[in-house]
Amino acid sequence: MNWYGLYTLFSKEVWRFLKVAIQTLLTPIVTVLLYLLVFSSVLSSHVQVYESVDYAAFLVPGLIMMTIIQNAFANTSSSLFQAKTIGSIVFILLAPLSSWECYLAYVGAAVVRGLLVGIGVWIAALWFVHLPLHNLLILLIFSILGSAILGTLGIIGAIVSEKWDHLSAFQNFVILPLSFLSGVFYSVNNLPGIWREISHYNPFFYMIDGFRYGFLGVSDVPIITSLWITTIFMILVAAICLRILQTGYKVRG
Amino acid sequence: MSILIQQVHKYYHNLHALSEIDFNIPQGCFFGLLGPNGAGKSTLINIIAGLVYATQGTISVMGHDVRQQWRQARQSLGVVPQELVYDPFFTVNELLRLQSGYFGLGRRNQPWIKELLEILDLSDKTKVTMGHLSGGMKRRALIAQALVHKPPIIVLDEPTAGVDVELRQMIWAFSKRLHQEGHTIILTTHYLEEAETLCEQIAILDQGKMIALDTTHALLGRYPYRMLKLNLTTQNIKIPSTLAEKVQSLTQNELILKLHREHDPIGAILETLRDAGIHFTDLHTEEPNLEDVFISLTHREKS
Ligand SMILES: Nc1ncnc2c1ncn2[C@@H]1O[C@H](COP(=O)(O)OP(=O)(O)OP(=O)(O)O)[C@@H](O)[C@H]1O
Ligand SMILES: [Mg+2]
Repeated sequence: MNWYGLYTLFSKEVWRFLKVAIQTLLTPIVTVLLYLLVFSSVLSSHVQVYESVDYAAFLVPGLIMMTIIQNAFANTSSSLFQAKTIGSIVFILLAPLSSWECYLAYVGAAVVRGLLVGIGVWIAALWFVHLPLHNLLILLIFSILGSAILGTLGIIGAIVSEKWDHLSAFQNFVILPLSFLSGVFYSVNNLPGIWREISHYNPFFYMIDGFRYGFLGVSDVPIITSLWITTIFMILVAAICLRILQTGYKVRG
Repeated sequence: MSILIQQVHKYYHNLHALSEIDFNIPQGCFFGLLGPNGAGKSTLINIIAGLVYATQGTISVMGHDVRQQWRQARQSLGVVPQELVYDPFFTVNELLRLQSGYFGLGRRNQPWIKELLEILDLSDKTKVTMGHLSGGMKRRALIAQALVHKPPIIVLDEPTAGVDVELRQMIWAFSKRLHQEGHTIILTTHYLEEAETLCEQIAILDQGKMIALDTTHALLGRYPYRMLKLNLTTQNIKIPSTLAEKVQSLTQNELILKLHREHDPIGAILETLRDAGIHFTDLHTEEPNLEDVFISLTHREKS
């Protein structure tokens, strides 16, 4: 293993988003606060998802997780896609870095950005709502898994896409629907039959549900189920991504 | 041998970009890779560097297969890409430190980076972001970047394209110096004069095929013609029929003849001219240059 090389690439990726922190950290936090302001004030008097949990407290964990995963995806996909289009990716390809090392560096940075944004939203949300904290370890596990999964999907998206168009289609028609329909704004148990069924096939649902459990101590499906499914999904996307990196698909044409 | 290339083919869909490339580059050689646009020079270089995978064939760099022992192979190569590519976010110094880090080199390498910056005259630009450098400075930064890990083999893909005279001289001097220090250098260029003065061996690619591989000296010898230039004093001359097909150009006061090195002895030619009443004040011969060889080779192939 070229550990120092891996560390260098990781710190470069972290450095990259820190250089534009207003765009990469502050903007997502402010955006979530706007969501929160609108949804919780309009809906809190009408909607109750779990007994003894008011809607805002239900909503916030979902919003935090959604922000985490979206930013993790944005981090790898934009960095790699940009490197690919401007050609600066050659300097990584010329270096003695393996697919694993590149993978870990990129995903590591995506996780760091995810966690920073997540913590930012959490702290900011505390001004608006009272949010319990049930289990910090669960929170940590799910936020790392979630951002790693989306970081991985970001790598795949950036490699497969040939134009910005493709990448934004991947983001708008795959990532966004999956995260919006994963029960961020509602409990899937309240959905009518067929939609509830379908939701259970959405891997993002388990990430959000497990993460929310970390705050509230209640969830739609047992936490252990969410943990398993999220872990298996993580392994699956990582395997696909590593395979793509190893074959040099669209990169070492 | 520093680089062994065996039976390499590359297809881009239906395009046979490289076909049956097979040659070696000796250690310490200053090697020129020539060919017209689209010949496949960059493709070959990219395959050597591992940036592109060959469809068929193997390449080893300092005894390391570029696909199997890629770590060692990449450690041995410093590549300056043809395009001016760079990460616009970072400064020159950051860029070099990062690249050095990718190669597993930490702070210990800092003195070498500093030296590189000095050699390439970038010392006062270390804190400037890449996007704010001029084209020539970017080119120098890319050269520095290729050398951060002190590779024994240096690959320069058209390093002098679009640079001013001064920078071209600098790149020439620098690559000569690296060569004298024992580095193997692979250079692609469209300036034949550049290849002629710098390279010891030359390969010429055309449409993905290798059409020549020889020492520069032997390659020049392959073109058996030289030019005889005469400054005429007689106007409106009539060229004798025996010389007609040797005329390369004829103006009011200059006649250029293309002569075969063996079949057209200069003495006999001058006699023929004198007999035809053609007088001149001065004459000189021009030995062939790489351009002649290049044109004759790449044209012959096409027809
Ligand atoms: N990624 C690619 N996909 C498809 N075709 C390619 C690709 N890269 C190169 N080619 C084709 O392969 C051929 C060789 O290109 P290459 O860049 O190696 O030429 P070159 O000799 O370096 O030319 P130049 O002197 O213009 O730099 C060209 O016909 C080019 O269009
Ligand atoms: Mg080229």
